[in-house]
Amino acid sequence: MALAFDEFGRPFIILREQDQKTRLRGIDAQKANIAAGKAVARILRSSLGPKGMDKMLQGPDGDITITNDGATILEQMDVDNQIAKLMVELSRSQDYEIGDGTTGVVVMAGALLEQAERQLDRGIHPIRIAEGYEMASRVAVEHLERIAQKFEFDVNNYEPLVQTCMTTLSSKIVNRCKRSLAEIAVKAVLAVADLERRDVNLDLIKVEGKVGGKLEDTELIYGILIDKDMSHPQMPKQIEDAHIAILTCPFEPPKPKTKHKVDIDTVEKFETLRKQEQQYFDEMVQKCKDVGATLVICQWGFDDEANHLLMHRNLPAVRWVGGVELELIAIATGGRIVPRFQELTPEKLGKAGVVREKSFGTTKERMLYIEHCANSKAVTVFIRGGNKMMIEETKRSIHDALCVARNLIRNKSIVYGGGAAEIACSLAVDAAADKYPGVEQYAIRAFAEALDSVPMALAENSGLQPIETLSAVKSQQIKENIPFYGIDCNDVGTNDMREQNVFETLIGKQQQILLATQVVKMILKIDDVISNSEY
Amino acid sequence: MPIDKIFKDDASEEKGERARMASFVGAMAISDLVKSTLGPKGMDKILQSTGRGHAVTVTNDGATILKSLHIDNPAAKVLVDISKVQDDEVGDGTTSVVVLAGELLREAEKLVASKIHPMTIIAGYRMASECARNALLKRVIDNKDNAEKFRSDLLKIAMTTLCSKILSQDKEHFAEMAVDAVFRLKGSTNLEAIQIIKKPGGSLKDSFLDEGFILDKKIGIGQPKRIENANILVANTAMDTDKVKIYGARVRVDSMTKVAEIEGAEKEKMKDKVKKIIGHGINCFVNRQLIYNFPEELFADAGILAIEHADFEGIERLGLVTGGEIASTFDNPESVKLGHCKLIEEIMIGEDKLIHFSGCEMGQACSIVLRGASHHVLDEAERSLHDALCVLSQTVNDTRVLLGGGWPEMVMAKEVDELARKTAGKKSHAIEAFSRALVAIPTTIADNAGLDSAELVAQLRAEHHTEGCNAGIDVITGAVGDMEERGIYEAFKVKQAVLLSATEASEMILRVDEIITCAPRRREDRM
Repeated sequence: MALAFDEFGRPFIILREQDQKTRLRGIDAQKANIAAGKAVARILRSSLGPKGMDKMLQGPDGDITITNDGATILEQMDVDNQIAKLMVELSRSQDYEIGDGTTGVVVMAGALLEQAERQLDRGIHPIRIAEGYEMASRVAVEHLERIAQKFEFDVNNYEPLVQTCMTTLSSKIVNRCKRSLAEIAVKAVLAVADLERRDVNLDLIKVEGKVGGKLEDTELIYGILIDKDMSHPQMPKQIEDAHIAILTCPFEPPKPKTKHKVDIDTVEKFETLRKQEQQYFDEMVQKCKDVGATLVICQWGFDDEANHLLMHRNLPAVRWVGGVELELIAIATGGRIVPRFQELTPEKLGKAGVVREKSFGTTKERMLYIEHCANSKAVTVFIRGGNKMMIEETKRSIHDALCVARNLIRNKSIVYGGGAAEIACSLAVDAAADKYPGVEQYAIRAFAEALDSVPMALAENSGLQPIETLSAVKSQQIKENIPFYGIDCNDVGTNDMREQNVFETLIGKQQQILLATQVVKMILKIDDVISNSEY
Repeated sequence: MPIDKIFKDDASEEKGERARMASFVGAMAISDLVKSTLGPKGMDKILQSTGRGHAVTVTNDGATILKSLHIDNPAAKVLVDISKVQDDEVGDGTTSVVVLAGELLREAEKLVASKIHPMTIIAGYRMASECARNALLKRVIDNKDNAEKFRSDLLKIAMTTLCSKILSQDKEHFAEMAVDAVFRLKGSTNLEAIQIIKKPGGSLKDSFLDEGFILDKKIGIGQPKRIENANILVANTAMDTDKVKIYGARVRVDSMTKVAEIEGAEKEKMKDKVKKIIGHGINCFVNRQLIYNFPEELFADAGILAIEHADFEGIERLGLVTGGEIASTFDNPESVKLGHCKLIEEIMIGEDKLIHFSGCEMGQACSIVLRGASHHVLDEAERSLHDALCVLSQTVNDTRVLLGGGWPEMVMAKEVDELARKTAGKKSHAIEAFSRALVAIPTTIADNAGLDSAELVAQLRAEHHTEGCNAGIDVITGAVGDMEERGIYEAFKVKQAVLLSATEASEMILRVDEIITCAPRRREDRM
């Protein structure tokens, strides 16, 4: 323990209450950290690829999640170890940045750590290893750029996009209908994409799920779906050519923000107040009616009286619509969100072709469809499925697919999947290693070996002989000098990923390598772990 | 350097074989639990709640049983969930879906033990379930165009559903009732419009369907007990004291006389309101909220029947039945749509007084009054009837029907078996297993009836070898019989949902190779 003495032989206290802390230093610290990182990667390893298995996670409240999405598994795992938490962060940042490849990035980091351990045993200093990794990652990323291919597509020819999304979906439980889901995802992204600026605002795509029906019933709605029904049970269930007033003010008497009191002390005042109140409700409804609205969507509640007046004047209304949904509706229908009745004007109304209420199953759940909007820039993916876990997992899968499609629109480059890109990089890094003098050379080689672990895991999960398959593919790539050979996970009979149509986005792959390297570097640089020991 | 742990305390992790084992065992335990309730001779379960009073429920409805279980096994929770969804979506087949999923997993366990990879099993199951669905599609009966035949189909479906429930004694009676009720809905699946009123006393046979609407409320004192050609105003408004809603308003007076004046004004306001209501030309007024004594008296004076405190559902239904709109303001009587009905009267069921609206304009809604010996019987009867109503309302929309009594399972099993023979590779084992799991359902039905299941199923299988066979298990006589003759029908939608969700659930559980259980959330110690 850290203990020092001054010139009189009295001990200094460096760490407060040091008896209660455990401390790991030097090589032990690195080893322990590496072991923890590897343990996390080991959990995810079996989830990689189209034949990857799922994990069942039981949350603290007994709720169940079944998934093979790396980020979700790690998020729910409730880890305690600091290094393990770093890995969780790693997959989360991949999720935020790219949206897909969250499992791959952790497996990659795990493999890098494993290789680093071997180099440490050889006595190479951790910083040198880290530097070697850094150089190697640069080589790999550049090589990826070289082997990447540009995909041409436009709004009418989106087949390549669908293919890429299918690669993402094929590793999920929804692969049964990956084709239709991929199409939905691509169509959704294209609907909201700004192809000029090459930007996609994923906030415009709403993913709603409802238990029941089957996965095949999942549909894309060019419009908005809200989980609400009309405020009055007898309002019309379908409105054609709706003019929508989007309000953030309640149909209730005003509540001035300043404190005030209205004192009633005579009968006359009582009477006038009563009249005013009635008039107030009447005016509110009349204002909406006057500007020509045929549907009112309101963020707040209605008073009973207002509700009836609306119904009476034949003005359907929806209440308690959330802020985000309200914004989406405003975007989709081209309307403005109006905070005050006085400011309602005909121009501020949103327009939609059809608004209809639909009920599901035997329970009385209803949802409101707003379709054929004036500005169809907001879409909804409506997921159906046999049970709650299935819906949740489908939501995550669709999210991944949406992200992939978005990335492709941002950057058209793709690389080939099935481990082909990793193998090509590994070969390039290996070749580059010899050019570096010094200890780093070993680290760079180790990096190349770590890159191999992704295709290895793919082969292993697909029930193939990992070493045999990998070496065969590797030699094939070198021999023919084509970087498209990968692991044939689905037993199709060809290693050529071009034929199998297995694509991944370039930025996704690059980000994986960069993020994994960064985290590994960080872990390697830690040489002292001070933690509170168990009580 | 061994890493000690990466999880929090109390969290646990199970991997590979152990994880799979845990989920298989859990799922099979659940399916075995409800297995004995399957079929017409299935047994019931008693559920005792841990809540106050230890309320007891007697049921053989799969969803109800599973809903009340406290389960810790994650895989078992998946099964509970599918049965719940089945209940919400089609209403019946909640037991079958769990039993089928359990059987699929039981078969999968054997395959995994003989070293077949779960992914291969999943691929096989998927093919098999698709094939089974197609087999059913080929054999569906659709009598959409023939109204009379369709009605008899529905009747048979209702009887088949009810025969496994407590109502089996009077299944004809109840089936008739359910079909009538569903036909009144005219294709809508909104079961809200069918009101089920439970009144202990009498026997199940005394239950009846009432074309009108029954409101479980009392008529105000001194008001007419019987009104013919009623004009009804359905309202949701405050009839106690009408508060001033403008924020911050309050009464501030400086003398007693003022208080009296204001009070007078309030009274006047209420009187005005009542007057306006009466001005609608009504003779019946139904309010969701309370009606205080003062307005009640005014209504009585005007000879109007006033019903207070009808809850939200009551109001909505009443609006639906009588065609009136639910009003909250009363300023323009010309344009408020009033509800109409021929007769309102107070009736007695058992010891309770109820208000009966008959001869309503819109015949969509109706009421079913259930009578029975005890609350438990009534609750179970309600659940059974609800199942039947759900199935029927779904069938009205999707008119395809199938034969029952294990017939669909045998048809599917035969097709799936044939597919297995045609398929090359390891998948065929899984497909074969799927067909075995399908056969397990008729086996269970026979077992539960105390019949020789092996003998019966074998006989059935032989019968099904001939094309277009209608054979199924007739539990009553304990032999194989023609299901069409016996009139045992089931809805296609139910069977399809059972097949698909069971496959989906078993697939989901099979894909898992690791279970991570988080530390349970600590409860705050309030000691």
